Amino acid sequence: MVQYSKPRSFYDTFERKGEGQISTHYCPGCGHGNAHKLIAEAIDTLGIQDRVVFLSPVGCSVFAYYYFDTGNIQCAHGRAPSVGTGVRKTLDDAIVISYQGDGDLAGIGMASIVHAANRGENITVFFVNNAIYGMTGGQMAPTTLIDQKTQTTPLGRNLQRDGNPIGMCELMDSLETPVYIERVTFSSPAKIMKARKVVRKALQNQIDKKGFSFVEILSPCPVNWKMSPTDARRWVSESLEPIFPVKNFRDLDDVRGESAKLPLMEGNRLLDYLKPEKHISPEAPNETVVDQQVKIAGFGGQGVMSAGVLLSNCVIQKGLNTTWLPSYGPEMRGGTAYASVKVSTQPIGSPVVDFPNVLIAMNGPSLEAFEEKVPAGGLIMVNTSLISRKVQRKDVRTYYLPATELAKDVGLIATANIIVLSIYFLISEVVDLDTFRKVIPLSLKKKQLAEMNLQAVDKAEVYFSEHPLEQS
Amino acid sequence: MNKQLMKGNDAVVYGALLGGATHFFGYPITPASEIAHAAALHFTRTGRTFLQAENEENAINMIYGAASAGARVMSASSGPGISLMSEGISYMAGSELPCVLVDIQRAGPGLGNIWPEQSDYIMVAKGGAHGNYHNIVLAPNSAQEMCDLTYRAFELAERYRMPTFILADAYIGQMMEPVELPSEPKTTPRHDWAVYGDSESRGNLITSIMMNTDLLSEHNWKLLDKAHQVEKNELEFEELETHDAEVLLIAFGISSRISHTAVEILRSQGIKAGLLRPITLFPFPYQRIKELSEQVDFIAAVELNEGQMAEDIERAVAGKTQVLRYNWLGGIIPSTEEIVERITTDMGSK
Ligand SMILES: Cc1ncc(C[n+]2csc(CCOP(=O)(O)OP(=O)(O)O)c2C)c(N)n1
Ligand code: SF4
Repeated sequence: MVQYSKPRSFYDTFERKGEGQISTHYCPGCGHGNAHKLIAEAIDTLGIQDRVVFLSPVGCSVFAYYYFDTGNIQCAHGRAPSVGTGVRKTLDDAIVISYQGDGDLAGIGMASIVHAANRGENITVFFVNNAIYGMTGGQMAPTTLIDQKTQTTPLGRNLQRDGNPIGMCELMDSLETPVYIERVTFSSPAKIMKARKVVRKALQNQIDKKGFSFVEILSPCPVNWKMSPTDARRWVSESLEPIFPVKNFRDLDDVRGESAKLPLMEGNRLLDYLKPEKHISPEAPNETVVDQQVKIAGFGGQGVMSAGVLLSNCVIQKGLNTTWLPSYGPEMRGGTAYASVKVSTQPIGSPVVDFPNVLIAMNGPSLEAFEEKVPAGGLIMVNTSLISRKVQRKDVRTYYLPATELAKDVGLIATANIIVLSIYFLISEVVDLDTFRKVIPLSLKKKQLAEMNLQAVDKAEVYFSEHPLEQS
Repeated sequence: MNKQLMKGNDAVVYGALLGGATHFFGYPITPASEIAHAAALHFTRTGRTFLQAENEENAINMIYGAASAGARVMSASSGPGISLMSEGISYMAGSELPCVLVDIQRAGPGLGNIWPEQSDYIMVAKGGAHGNYHNIVLAPNSAQEMCDLTYRAFELAERYRMPTFILADAYIGQMMEPVELPSEPKTTPRHDWAVYGDSESRGNLITSIMMNTDLLSEHNWKLLDKAHQVEKNELEFEELETHDAEVLLIAFGISSRISHTAVEILRSQGIKAGLLRPITLFPFPYQRIKELSEQVDFIAAVELNEGQMAEDIERAVAGKTQVLRYNWLGGIIPSTEEIVERITTDMGSK
């Protein structure tokens, strides 16, 4: 055993383990104790004890927080790199140490480590590879060697069934972002001494904000290997080292740093940022408005969703209540997409429009789907550019208009929705066209199209004056 | 009054930012993705953190890390993603970490579909993962409440150091309504329990492992005691026309919106119907339901699931009156008329 004086970054006595305790819970000859000491010494040497946030895994080292006199977070099995990511994104100056076993890191936590490494999180990972699950009593790990006997490979690890031991350094080395990757071994006291500067370097990198550093430690687990500590160390050198070459894989000088953040907005600046840009002072509600249950239906691209949003935005200006509900998902990809809009002087209960008293049918399938749902006395508007048939119902009001052609005349086929909506407003008198004209430029994402949309309103107004609603 | 038309899903992000959220970790899923989209834009632009995780398991663990470091942190997902987060949620409850999680429910089980169900009720309102623990659960039924409840959720989560859920559904998330934003932006205070990577917090430990059975027992009782405090202090519900109701509808989320209209129609037909809407699902309004059960002929539990909340209602009622289950599954939404008809029929058979 190599003896060190106790590092300052260890507690004097391990009270979390038990009153007055001074020994660790690790088995004789276990590599975890050595790894802890190297890390604690490096923390001392680098003077970072207050800044360290130590992440302990699930595995034999779950209780690392018994020993490290630093900030401590105990993590779910395999997730320390994700937890470390959360800490990194919160604390700029913390030194985040993720300490993990092979089951934790290369088994259950594989996605966590790969993605944290790939993002180049500025954290330091110490990966203790003992080729077995220690804590749970010696089952196969992702790093267990071929033919190695464990509780779950009693006849030995089988290549065809269990796959090959995973080289995590090699895997890390296939990613572009890590700045430092090195494998060390605890097969002899001299090699442990050699690992010392690797541990320190991996932490120095983080202090220098270089980015992601990964140190794999080949480490004995005499108990579960069923060997004496001496034999276990020999097995590390004779069996593990040939499969997991001990070397530096990468040591970059780049400083990757953190992705730059924009300045933090709080208080009034945040309120300013979030406040509505579409605001016009709403008027007092016109109490005579009859509840509108509008279904605007067509195929994707006809602007039925945005027509619904425009309608809702207009009625808010009129001081009315409104809900807008889209059809969405796979349904939008064929046939009919529709927006359901409710307008009322009263608070609105259900936003669902099952029986629209206004149906705006922009294409054939929409008229097929909803004609029967319109209650007697309702209004059906039909885009005759795309629908050749007449409404069969005799108990509803109808308005036929060639919306798509009128939009073509305006020069922008996408204004067909503006045309029908304008005429709906003229028929229903829920919203006047001046309000509509004010809302359009505020609601449009592509501001340069506002002019054409306003022309579409004019076009609709002229068309309606020439083709008023037939009173029946 | 300064209202803007907003999707419920967008309103969540506005409420979160004003509620002091600084971190969002998530993974896309319909019908919750707009929350991630809006968070990606607005958290980033306002100098906060948005990060797309590689999966929900790791998203919740990023949340665990940020919460351990004292951040106001959140995520949003739907059933399949919440299922994946559940181990982490249990860890957060055990380690007493606050966070806000938004579940925009879709229909299940399995991949199900993207239409609304309320079938995550048991999973979310009862905890959902291993061990004894509770989440605080808020159930908005409008875009305004998506904003307001998210805004308030962060302080609740911190006050009790408990994961706090916004349990909504595909319609409440997708629906647009006028929203007025809260006028007072909040910020995160420093906590004496968090790990900040400085000398003052060096002795702090975030953990849920307690190998000593007495210790863990004590810890469990403490968690339960917190849950009782939440039940005592944070219960919220809303009533419509219950004063003389003979038929009581109980519903939350989108079902409560449809039931609201159904009650109006029933009243216009001279039927004395009322609606009780739980705004908090944990805590649940057992006591108020018990009181009302003495007064009404029957209760209709209107839910988009197989009667998950009805079980809690039955517990409250304890046989005093009949609890009828009005359930729709698979993403089907009842029309108001359907509910009205069922009520009328069931009244006839009384
Ligand atoms: C989700 C989950 N699955 C399984 C376990 C059980 N478990 C605890 S530690 C462990 C393996 C640890 O092995 P390793 O990471 O190699 O660490 P070692 O004990 O060898 O240091 C397992 C499977 C758990 N705690 N959580
Ligand atoms: S079981 Fe193995 S890894 Fe765990 S403490 Fe003992 S020797 Fe170390």
